[in-house]
Amino acid sequence: MKKNYYQPEDLKKFGSISEWNEDLGAKFFDYYNSVFEKGSLTKREKSLIALAVSHVVQCPYCIDAYTKDCLQRGIVKEDMMEAVHVGAAIKAGAALVHGVQMMNRHDQLSM
Amino acid sequence: MKTKSLKAQNNSLSKTEKQLEILANGIFKDGSLPTFKKKIASNNLPPIRPKKLEILQLNVGYMCNQVCAHCHVDAGPDRKEIMTYKTMEQILKVIKNTKIRTIDLTGGAPEMHPEFRWFVEELRKTDVEEIIVRSNLTILLANKKYNDLPAFFAKHKVHVISSLPFYKREKTDRQRGNGVFESSIKALQMLNKVGYGVLESDLQLDLVYNPSGAFLPGNQAALETDFKKALFEDFGVKFNQLFTITNLPISRFLDYLIASENYEEYMHTLVDAFNPSALENVMCTNTLSVSWEGFLFDCDFNQMLNLKVDIPSRHISEFNQDELKNRFIILSQHCYGCTAGAGSSCQGSIA
Ligand code: SF4
Ligand code: SF4
Repeated sequence: MKKNYYQPEDLKKFGSISEWNEDLGAKFFDYYNSVFEKGSLTKREKSLIALAVSHVVQCPYCIDAYTKDCLQRGIVKEDMMEAVHVGAAIKAGAALVHGVQMMNRHDQLSM
Repeated sequence: MKTKSLKAQNNSLSKTEKQLEILANGIFKDGSLPTFKKKIASNNLPPIRPKKLEILQLNVGYMCNQVCAHCHVDAGPDRKEIMTYKTMEQILKVIKNTKIRTIDLTGGAPEMHPEFRWFVEELRKTDVEEIIVRSNLTILLANKKYNDLPAFFAKHKVHVISSLPFYKREKTDRQRGNGVFESSIKALQMLNKVGYGVLESDLQLDLVYNPSGAFLPGNQAALETDFKKALFEDFGVKFNQLFTITNLPISRFLDYLIASENYEEYMHTLVDAFNPSALENVMCTNTLSVSWEGFLFDCDFNQMLNLKVDIPSRHISEFNQDELKNRFIILSQHCYGCTAGAGSSCQGSIA
């Protein structure tokens, strides 16, 4: 076994997850590819969303893949960072909005 | 940004044998990736063979006013290789005796050749339909003596194809040198002014985009839309088409790939993106490349690897169409650059 949880070269082997369950694997990749086709949103917009979400879910494979995808689409680094901030802001907001729950609970328990 | 060619730096990669050795060994030797020939065979595809010869691409010399980081020619101000008058005359003779449609002048900066204008005028007297000049744009402003080139191009209906890596300053300057973006924009405005790239005119101005790093070019049509919008809105610049070109792993780009530890990943990217339908239209099927010394090559890339055509008559002075038509094209792993994704040629994507 390798000593690290993540290996960069494992990204290339992503497709192999189908080997242990062909049916579900195929369904997933089919769905995944359809999602990234141009729809009402452009492929460029989808790539930036994917980049932001990659950071929020903190997936190193997705970050590698979508940074490269953005570069290929001619997206400049300033736009990429803006997208990451959108993701980060939502994540921070999601943490902070729970502060209301904390406040409610605090008030409920306090005299 | 380096300011010298690999040759002037005495970099071992300036030797073509060294480049070919790298492309033949490592991941291609240990079987991690298939060689280009194996890849073709395993896809049950026919070998690449020459079709009708339509384009003669002439490299008139490696001298250039720029030293771009990705340059596959290893061109620069320190390169003195230049085509002789005699070779130019031999080329004109060949053109008069064949039905070549397009002459594609490249370098270095072809405009720096002392006989450049004479040569274009002589080419115009022949039956060739199209004369392309691959201009790096900044040359038009590099010296007073080049300032009237747009008018010269227009007079001889030269088709101008120019590199502009991006529509923003930073990426362009990182790849091509400081200040290149600004001069390029000025040069484009000069070309627009004499009628290039504008709707009402038949003077053709195309731009070439190649990625500024170890990744593939995106969709040609999408990038063309982005370029057109940005260049027009920001600078009032117009052009006809955008060609996306993949960087091939040779010369200075190979040096960059190795130094930045991107070589293996880049080769994987090229091989994974292998597109069988691009194979049919790779450049070597309808183009022949001539070096400053008058030698013949399957393409400009093979020229830079010093892989001369695989026939007995290898020089323009002994141009033999039958031999050329029946030749086998010399392939190596750099060819993956022509077949990745939408494919790549000097006229952009091909699949
Ligand atoms: S302008 Fe063209 S020939 Fe000159 S260094 Fe740049 S890529 Fe090479
Ligand atoms: S690199 Fe040259 S020889 Fe190889 S496929 Fe491309 S055009 Fe043909």
